[in-house]
Amino acid sequence: MTLRASTAIVGAAETERIGVVPDMSALDMHAQSARLALADAGMTLADVDGVAAAGISPIAVAHYLGITPNYIDATSIGGCSFLVHVRHAAAAISAGLADVILITHGESGRSRTGAPPRAADPASPQGQFEAPYGTLGPPTLFPIGVLRYMKRYGLTHEQLASVAVAQRRWSSRVPRAMFRDLITVDDVLASRMVSYPMHLLECCLVTDGGGALVVTSAARAKAVPGPKPAVYVLGTGEAAETPLVSMMEDFTTSKAFEVSASRAFAEAGIKASDVDHLMVYDAFAHLPIYGLEDLGFVGRGEAGAFIEEGNTSPGGTLPMNTNGGGLSYTHTGMYGMFLVQESVRQLRAEASAQVPGVQTSVAQGVGGMFMSAGTLVLGTEAAAGI
Amino acid sequence: MSPQPSPSGDRPKAVPRPTPETQAYWDAANRRELAIQRCTSCGKAFFYPRSSCPACYSQHVEWFVASGRARLHTYLISHRPAPGFADQVPYAIAVVELEEGPRMMTNVVGVDNTPENLVLDMDLEVDFEPRGAQLVPVFRPTGSPA
Repeated sequence: MTLRASTAIVGAAETERIGVVPDMSALDMHAQSARLALADAGMTLADVDGVAAAGISPIAVAHYLGITPNYIDATSIGGCSFLVHVRHAAAAISAGLADVILITHGESGRSRTGAPPRAADPASPQGQFEAPYGTLGPPTLFPIGVLRYMKRYGLTHEQLASVAVAQRRWSSRVPRAMFRDLITVDDVLASRMVSYPMHLLECCLVTDGGGALVVTSAARAKAVPGPKPAVYVLGTGEAAETPLVSMMEDFTTSKAFEVSASRAFAEAGIKASDVDHLMVYDAFAHLPIYGLEDLGFVGRGEAGAFIEEGNTSPGGTLPMNTNGGGLSYTHTGMYGMFLVQESVRQLRAEASAQVPGVQTSVAQGVGGMFMSAGTLVLGTEAAAGI
Repeated sequence: MSPQPSPSGDRPKAVPRPTPETQAYWDAANRRELAIQRCTSCGKAFFYPRSSCPACYSQHVEWFVASGRARLHTYLISHRPAPGFADQVPYAIAVVELEEGPRMMTNVVGVDNTPENLVLDMDLEVDFEPRGAQLVPVFRPTGSPA
């Protein structure tokens, strides 16, 4: 049995405002994006029988909205959770467990309005074997393998900086992006050192915002078309490597990226050269480098030069992170929802920085610090072949 | 990047809280010994402490005192202090590879934590530093004065 093109994303929306939104709670951002995504799908809450959410419990989201779902997915494995929710929704809908599943995200990452506390348990593996060494959030953990990558492959500081430069070229065309001014490699290297070798402009934003998706069967999407073209779920993957970044098997590659993406590509029946548009979760500038290699778009050690040469920039052969990414568009904390939103916009040909003729888009999410991964291969009706 | 929680120089460094399967590791550290585990079925040494072998799932595991020799595998240098680290910024958060194979997160002591001083694969040896009443393993360049 294959789930290829058995389901579709028929509604997608972000909160009206993203960036600095201190006057909305995290929960209310879930609710607002749910309302907007349902309107986008031409549906109402009465159509929804399944709810998935991360960060905040889907039970809290469903009750806030006033519905009693008969399918609940509280998978919370970091920023890629929402991609994995789509995967689980595809399986559940195909198995007849639900008809219409609402996937919501809302996070007051910057303003911390109604945000759950950030707790560190001193008895957890992280609390025992990482925290005593002065870790303080993602900047002190996520980039820890970059120097190993640099030594192994000769990646230069300039190439690493060029990731931020390329993505600013995209966000300069995106009115909703938080950072829109073009930057140079020199600007990046002159920005404040946060966590060597990562400068400020190589680290993601921290923002407020939310988004939601509506997933249903391909059959329903065909029989009851909504106002927007359906985006078909062609292949999906998920994987987990380690809760401790210090325990990564190989600091120059994400095993979770490889496992998740290879499964998604196989299910979709695609190879890297079939992909028109790519989103790779960029909490820090090295993630797109790892992603390009782990997903097989370039060979080992080639991604830095590939980005530096402009291949992922506007006009390049592989448009990547076309909203500007976590580095320039927005990054609420669990950014994965925004990967999917941009893939959907590109496939519907309604993105601010639209790439011509996108038929197949891949969204690659990460959870934690290379802890987990989720992959979606999404396509138009033509790509789905239905 | 955002408004970050303001680092507090007042709060102490994070103190690990042992669990039953890690107690022996922390007790050994308080004796200034780096004790890790080895699987008696497949022979593989591993870290962090567990009741079963992550390579073969055997539950026949034993403790032994590691040599304390290691190499600097990778690191970053944080410019934002965690609680208790205010007078040390910038400081390296490192991963070392023990002579016996396993890797672990640590700090590098006995040398200014600069990119010039911290060369990947340099030889290190274990030392110990307090976190509250608990000693934790740290590493210093081999031969540097304790």
